[in-house]
Amino acid sequence: MLSRVANSIYWMNRYIERAENHARFIGVTFNLILDMPKHEKAQWEPMLYASGDYDTFKSFYPQSNRSNILRFMSFDERNPNAILSCVHKARENARSIREIISKEMWEHINQFYHSCKEASRREKWKIDDWQDFFNQVKMDSQLYYGIVDSTFTRNEGYQFSRLGRYLERADKTSRFVDVKYFILLPDVHEVGSNLDVLQWSAVLKSVSAFNMYRQAYLTINPAQIVEYLMLDRYFPRSLFYCLKEVEEAIIQITGHQNKQHPAVRIIGKLRSEMEYNDINDIFKIGLHESLDIFQQKLNKVGNVIHESYFALKPEPETEEQEMEQ
Amino acid sequence: MDLNSFSNYEVGAFYDEMFSSDRRVRDWYKDFCQEIENMSRDELQSKQHAAERSLHSMGITFNVYSEGEGVERIMPIDIIPRIIMRQEWDEVARGLVQRVEALNLFIDDIYHDQKILKDGIIPESVITSSKGFLKQCMGVNPPKGIWCHITGTDLIRDDNGDFLVLEDNLRCPSGVSYVLENREILKKAFPNIFEKIGVQHVSDYPTRLLEMLQFICDKPDPQVVVLTPGIYNSAYFEHSYLAQQMGVSLVESSDLVVRDGTVQMRTTKGYELVDVIYRRIDDTFMDPKAFNPESLIGVPGIFDVFKNNKVAIANAPGTGVADDKVVYAYVPRIIKYYLDQDPAIPNVRTYLCGEDADRKYVLENIEELVVKEANEAGGYGMLIGPKSTKEECEEFRKRIKNNPRNYIAQPTISLSRVPTLVGEGFEGRHVDLRPYILYGDGVKVIPGGLTRVALRKGSLVVNSSQGGGSKDTWVLY
Repeated sequence: MLSRVANSIYWMNRYIERAENHARFIGVTFNLILDMPKHEKAQWEPMLYASGDYDTFKSFYPQSNRSNILRFMSFDERNPNAILSCVHKARENARSIREIISKEMWEHINQFYHSCKEASRREKWKIDDWQDFFNQVKMDSQLYYGIVDSTFTRNEGYQFSRLGRYLERADKTSRFVDVKYFILLPDVHEVGSNLDVLQWSAVLKSVSAFNMYRQAYLTINPAQIVEYLMLDRYFPRSLFYCLKEVEEAIIQITGHQNKQHPAVRIIGKLRSEMEYNDINDIFKIGLHESLDIFQQKLNKVGNVIHESYFALKPEPETEEQEMEQ
Repeated sequence: MDLNSFSNYEVGAFYDEMFSSDRRVRDWYKDFCQEIENMSRDELQSKQHAAERSLHSMGITFNVYSEGEGVERIMPIDIIPRIIMRQEWDEVARGLVQRVEALNLFIDDIYHDQKILKDGIIPESVITSSKGFLKQCMGVNPPKGIWCHITGTDLIRDDNGDFLVLEDNLRCPSGVSYVLENREILKKAFPNIFEKIGVQHVSDYPTRLLEMLQFICDKPDPQVVVLTPGIYNSAYFEHSYLAQQMGVSLVESSDLVVRDGTVQMRTTKGYELVDVIYRRIDDTFMDPKAFNPESLIGVPGIFDVFKNNKVAIANAPGTGVADDKVVYAYVPRIIKYYLDQDPAIPNVRTYLCGEDADRKYVLENIEELVVKEANEAGGYGMLIGPKSTKEECEEFRKRIKNNPRNYIAQPTISLSRVPTLVGEGFEGRHVDLRPYILYGDGVKVIPGGLTRVALRKGSLVVNSSQGGGSKDTWVLY
């Protein structure tokens, strides 16, 4: 498969996943705010800390009020991570590989983009309009995965799409867990209180994990929630599950024999590290710090993938030849 | 329930594809017309809307260069088809085969012995001053002696209903994807009409194209690719569509590299050899080493690989010389010279501003003429005298005087018209026709082609970049 094509499939999927997760991010914040006691100030900023977009936001908007943040996260094309920007880039990538993907995939991404673009032109937004919009983004992303699942041949291209989707999802789930770190409780003594539990439940819900979590654990307990979202082997948004998928995709692309391949090695190490990790180890280092380290390692995996598959450079002797001519 | 009716349709003083001048429905339109008149207006409108919607959702768009920010538009389709009867089509196809064969011989001669110049049929200066003439191609022998593999000749009909050739497009003619998609859309809209009257199918074009591309390489199962300038090109949709329909890779020049005297592409598993390139970029942009050093989209060294016959390129670099609008004026003589035949489809009368008598005539009668630049395409760089202001005419007079070789002029021909849905009823709109001709193992013409329609009332410009749309073209069995 052409490197450029593989690269586009990979990014198309990362961007769709990113758009979905940003819609979910906002969902969790909404959830939290609606559950807050009346006198608590609405906390919109933690979302920006967790997604890593706080500095970009501040450079364009003086005030962190709801309407500014929602616009910025949804439609502001100066924000490369805005939902519209993500869907736009997903579509540009899809457009450059239309001949590779299924017709239904293209038509859906195209329609997805047009509906976000149309929403961005709307002037007046009520709070439930926003909620409808974020729901729609979530649905459109999930529909996309359904279409991929039922129309895309399980070839190399499919593996690159899986690679992009799960790598992005691993990063985003780690950030969801992190949102909670940035959200302030009114008082230190509130740790473990009802409010604390309420907030953790909201995190669970934002990744559609509430029901599934309930089947695995009986009580809402922060340590168990973190364990579930990070280490669970079967929940499809947990960090460990995502890493397993990334690893499987890399092995499919590279072949089972190739244990020395840099991408196989780096993902294998990270996956096994997670696999044998204990939730107590994570809390010993500190949750936020652990997540930070995880995100850095994940970035390295991304870099190795880029070097291994997309950035094929002419060999040195070819360059010399060219210089001689 | 209101039914559709042509009773208020104005035939006008033009050749109408559906109606004779005494308002009788032409024989080959009769069945179609009857079906439409038995259909309610609402039904026809909803078919038209469904057609437009499916273009949008399929993302069949083109980009408009001049409007910045990568504006994407769909080329509107009008669901009333242009129908051509078989006998007439067979004549047209014969004429196209003749023309393409002659032009191929001409190109080969120009890049070898230049007999046609030595015999004084065409002045040497016409060739040497042509932008499409690439001296780097002198002595090149493309595989099987074929230069113009894909041609999209523009035809028009005059007031008498006679077909004339307006332009030969031998570089990288676009539009064939619309032919294929329009047909799919119309089959959805009028399944029963197709069943009843029988229309020659076009759907095997990608297969024929691939066969042709494989034919020009002697290796069994060669690696064929489509080379595109990228997603911002106005015809990008078509490039990707054709690659997908043929099941071959769509590459950009950054995917290609010249290694060990061959062309190779970068893949996730290393380099892979490329044998045949269907290029959809201008030939002078293909190789910054051989041609335009400014080109950012080329593959350095690719022309040498082509010259050494280590890669086949369709269309071959250099075919643009036969696309020059001054050379066009000589095509009837070219046909006579190489094939010793009279052209089956005549040219439009053409005045060469490079020749004194013609230039004098053009300058004096510019208000009645269409003036074109010799190397432009897509409706850019032209003047339609009867539709232009005094200032615009004056501007073109100046341009002609400054660079006479670069301009030709033709009488304004009122293109034929086809009824077109406008609001609730039908109005005549002017059309041209671009059939596609493949030259591989023999010369083959796809039945029909792209009918472009000037959707603005009274307009004669059918180019998609200038407010044109398209219609499906039916050649009957």
